[in-house]
Amino acid sequence: MPGQSLFDKVWERHIVRDEPGEPTLLYIDLHLVHEVTSPQAFEGLRLAGRGVRRPDLTVATMDHNVPTLPGPVTDQMAKAQLDALRANCEEFGVELHATGSGSEGIVHVIGPELGLTQPGKTIVCGDSHTSTHGAFGALAFGIGTSEVEHVLATQTLNQRRPKTMLLEFVGALPPGLTAKDMILGAIGQVGVAGGVGYVVEYAGEAIRELSMEQRMTICNMTIEWGARAGMIAPDETTFAYLEGRPNAPRGEAWERAVADWRSLGSDPDATYDAHVVVDVAELAPQVTWGTNPGMVVPVTGTVPDPGSFSDPDDRVAGARALEYMELRPGQAIEEIRIDRVFIGSCTNSRLEDLRAAAEIVRGRTVDPRVTALVVPGSAHVRRQAQAEGLDQIFLDAGFEWRLAGCSMCLGMNPDVLAPGERCASTSNRNFEGRQGRGGRTHLVSPQMAAAAALHGHFVDVRSLAAEAVPA
Amino acid sequence: MKPIERVEGRAAVLDRPDVDTDQIIPKQFLKRIERTGYGQYAFFDWRFDDDGNERPGFELNQPQFADAKILLAGRNFGCGSSREHAAWALQDYGLDVVIAPSFGDIFRSNAAQVGMVIVELPEEQVKELMESVDLDRGSDLVVDLEALTVSTPSGKVFPFAFDESARYRLINGLDDIGLTLQHEDAITAYEAAMPPS
Repeated sequence: MPGQSLFDKVWERHIVRDEPGEPTLLYIDLHLVHEVTSPQAFEGLRLAGRGVRRPDLTVATMDHNVPTLPGPVTDQMAKAQLDALRANCEEFGVELHATGSGSEGIVHVIGPELGLTQPGKTIVCGDSHTSTHGAFGALAFGIGTSEVEHVLATQTLNQRRPKTMLLEFVGALPPGLTAKDMILGAIGQVGVAGGVGYVVEYAGEAIRELSMEQRMTICNMTIEWGARAGMIAPDETTFAYLEGRPNAPRGEAWERAVADWRSLGSDPDATYDAHVVVDVAELAPQVTWGTNPGMVVPVTGTVPDPGSFSDPDDRVAGARALEYMELRPGQAIEEIRIDRVFIGSCTNSRLEDLRAAAEIVRGRTVDPRVTALVVPGSAHVRRQAQAEGLDQIFLDAGFEWRLAGCSMCLGMNPDVLAPGERCASTSNRNFEGRQGRGGRTHLVSPQMAAAAALHGHFVDVRSLAAEAVPA
Repeated sequence: MKPIERVEGRAAVLDRPDVDTDQIIPKQFLKRIERTGYGQYAFFDWRFDDDGNERPGFELNQPQFADAKILLAGRNFGCGSSREHAAWALQDYGLDVVIAPSFGDIFRSNAAQVGMVIVELPEEQVKELMESVDLDRGSDLVVDLEALTVSTPSGKVFPFAFDESARYRLINGLDDIGLTLQHEDAITAYEAAMPPS
């Protein structure tokens, strides 16, 4: 028998029913729910007289809509949606991490934080960045509202077995670079549709060196190049992160679980449908210039000339992007002035992200023309950061220190860009209008966002790190 | 779900690659708790200017594309966010079929769930279909889910591949949850055998 990949092993463990010609019926171990993509699903259950099959495997939080300033929700539509989630969780017996509970936060931040996300699990959520959880060796992917209803009712999903791809990072990541630069660089190489139809396994020495939080950044952006799920084989880093978390197994059960998780990694002779190699040894900090995450260049580079692209569709899309972004070919990235900085989102709002940004910010001040926002990914991250004094570093420098939520990543709450404003953002999408109608988004790492806030334009964070901090 | 076997109607051309679901239905319309009424918001920021007037330059505002049932689109259509609102919006806008060289995976399954027909054809064939559309007067196409073909008024026929079980569901307008619950015994058996965690 040929060797099995991590994906093969997790997939096969979850087959409920597999008939030729039909999709596989796959069991779901963990269903994460939030306010935006669930109300119509719960309503569907009510209309059909169905219940939630496994409320014990279902966990809800409030994240997309919630304001990040204290006080009541003044947007009546947002309030109605949050109220609906609360009522639905009560009616169907689902655990809810509500705003103000102290355990709320972005769904992809609290899952790992609570120890709910574990190796070998199948995890779904009505959110495309569910791929984040694959960092633990789980098979995790985003679904739509009809599928949310299907999982609520049956705890299963009908799925065609996807193709598999191995994305191997080779070379050592240079100092000053981050997981965000690795994944943006990879997307720049493979293109935003490069992963369509695949589940990706990320491997290579550079992946092994990453912390869990950085691995989550990598897996988070899997959907940005079209793959629905990204996975990383669990190892000692994974186990050390999970041990002692509220929902992690304890005592003997922990030992058994770890022994099992060790067996999940891909066999040496595992095969994949595709294999991509990304060299990170020469990587520089990445900045997007356009309106999708594949439109990306090193900070040391210039805005490209779409006329030079080989694909005619890319030429048209590139020209359209430049017009929207109000940039011109040949412009140095470091010369691009910014108005706003957003440090947050399920991509980069965890404690290490905030520490790394604070390290750049410490003792310096935000450029007076820039409005800069830090939005921790969860109430827990926020408390931890405050215990370390990170909030004070940001506040002293002139950043705003907000409450947890998705915030300006997608601007469903009051945190939005005004038309024409340009933002250095640690989030995952630079689509037109994503952060606010007419707003312009440049995706960067937390360190690069922090550095841009201080200077009012993009700067190579590696040069900044070498500077002495003013006394 | 209403059964869908054959769609004959006006084709609209949106020849742009990587149209993401944020463009199909911008976030400001995701706060509703209803499943219906999203058509008026489809492609909102592309369709309307800041004063709410139609932007004449946007493809779908062309009069010859009015009342389109079939959308011809560029590669990787529906990439990005998992919002099913994108499929709800396109369907409510009047579209039953999207034809493109490739699709975002989540959008593709969402569209199938709501009873839309997602047709994947090689890029050169999609371009050929786009070129076959009369950009002054508009053209009708026929998408036949029985024969698995797209036909042009000039009689050109493009066969396409389609997942057999998905086709069966569409043609019969079947509810996925109801079908799955026919196998509830298998789910219960799986749960009984699941290793304790």
